[in-house]
Amino acid sequence: MPDYPKISAFGDRSFLIDFGGGIGEETLKKVLFYKNILENERIKEKVEITNTYNSLLVSYELAIEDVYGEFLRLNSLFSEAKIPKNNNYKTFNVPVCYDADFGWDLDFISVRKNLRVEEIIRLHTAPVYQIYFIGFLPGFLYLGGLDPQLQISRKKTPRKLVEKGSVGIGENQTGIYPKNSPGGWQILGRSPLKLFDKNEDLPCPFSAGDKIKFFAVSREEYDRIHKEINEGNYELKFEDHHG
Amino acid sequence: MAEIEVIQPGLFSSIQDLGRFGYQKFGVPQSGVMDRYAMRICNMILGNSQDTAVMEITMQGPELKFSASAYIYMCGADISPKLNSEVVPQKEIITIKPGDILKFGRLKRGFRAYLGIRGGFNTQEVLGSKSWYEGLTDEFRLKKGMLLEYDHSNFKDANTFSSLKIEMDYLESQNIEAYPGPEFEKLSPKQKEELFDTEFTLDQSSNRMAVQFNQELYNDLEPIITAPVVPGTVQLTPSGKLIALMRDCQTTGGYPRILQLSENGIQTISQKIPGEMIRFRKKEYPHFHK
Repeated sequence: MPDYPKISAFGDRSFLIDFGGGIGEETLKKVLFYKNILENERIKEKVEITNTYNSLLVSYELAIEDVYGEFLRLNSLFSEAKIPKNNNYKTFNVPVCYDADFGWDLDFISVRKNLRVEEIIRLHTAPVYQIYFIGFLPGFLYLGGLDPQLQISRKKTPRKLVEKGSVGIGENQTGIYPKNSPGGWQILGRSPLKLFDKNEDLPCPFSAGDKIKFFAVSREEYDRIHKEINEGNYELKFEDHHG
Repeated sequence: MAEIEVIQPGLFSSIQDLGRFGYQKFGVPQSGVMDRYAMRICNMILGNSQDTAVMEITMQGPELKFSASAYIYMCGADISPKLNSEVVPQKEIITIKPGDILKFGRLKRGFRAYLGIRGGFNTQEVLGSKSWYEGLTDEFRLKKGMLLEYDHSNFKDANTFSSLKIEMDYLESQNIEAYPGPEFEKLSPKQKEELFDTEFTLDQSSNRMAVQFNQELYNDLEPIITAPVVPGTVQLTPSGKLIALMRDCQTTGGYPRILQLSENGIQTISQKIPGEMIRFRKKEYPHFHK
């Protein structure tokens, strides 16, 4: 067996599968390939498989009875890895209002990075961002693909309250705050989208492996979309990709 | 309708079951009872299914008034329960009559008590679980005047495991069972030795999200790329302090994961009072041959 992926027990209720490597689309592809294999395999216990940049977590609802047997099974699944049945993903179009009311730190970023505000918005809406995984808070997306020109350090003193939907940058990461929370990122706008809704069967529309693209909306459009979302009339637009 | 009225909330009590499962992929914490063993005993003795929600009571108990008859059972910490001012016998199913008042007194043993009720609580269910969690469920702790509905239809004699052998010695144990964590091998031999030789004191800030400790270990490890964490993961922070993540923890973390508590380790540490000392006892996984 090669060194990676390396399967190890992680407590009494999970296995951790380490793929080595760092943050990047190649590693993510490999992680999602194996995630797909596990998800297509019927595992008799109730199991959930989640990923991060370079790991998979296989969690069991109750303690694993036969740890060694389960380990062997995971190992053999991996060694006979077939082509996954699907590697489909979606690219979501996410509205962001970069109005001064919401973009609390646009001026600061503009001065610090010597970029006009329009240029910041252009650089932020240009890339297609990769959703690596969701973690930290319910509905918080770990995104890759920020333009290096927009990389900026976090605030020295985090704000006590960052409003839900705020779009920010911290070092080489960009993301959306799914709920009101304290936060240290530089804020450049706000999205009217609900990133997490506990009352929905599918509480978050996004999955690891999907992509998103931000598009700028005016304050009026923001208010309109916000209203449509609250009335349940807004349709989040996305393109389907079949791999 | 059968309900419990919260006359006094006590320190911190909440309704918990085995937690949320299947929503980690959206960043939702698992939650659920801190001490799964005590919950299981309650439900087995009452004849409930093993995922039936119970009340988790921390250190100082609430005062509760029952509107209808019920069978209840308490396990875990002993917080001197009294029914209508009468001392309640330990390890027995208690028969409740309408209007009965359950109170608690001095904490004698352990830190978290579990109150099970035959039929279970009919409280809010969110994403497949009745476990309270701030920001997800409407309530996250007992409040004065709150009404908690319970299932009265199951008030009948059912087959129970009343002869079950109950082993509660873990309430006094200072030894916390821990497997090596994913980054354990990055520690030097000296750091490993220190990790198992040091007596760690539970910090006052400890809660359902994490148990923190006062002592510091020498730490020269780099942070890791954000990776999965689960309840029981022990992280080594840049300052050298250890944090043992508990049931309400986040789904991912960036500190080295040096230990992973076993379920027994989680249940044992759940019963320690802030200020108490513990030691980690190394447990090995069954040997895996490749």
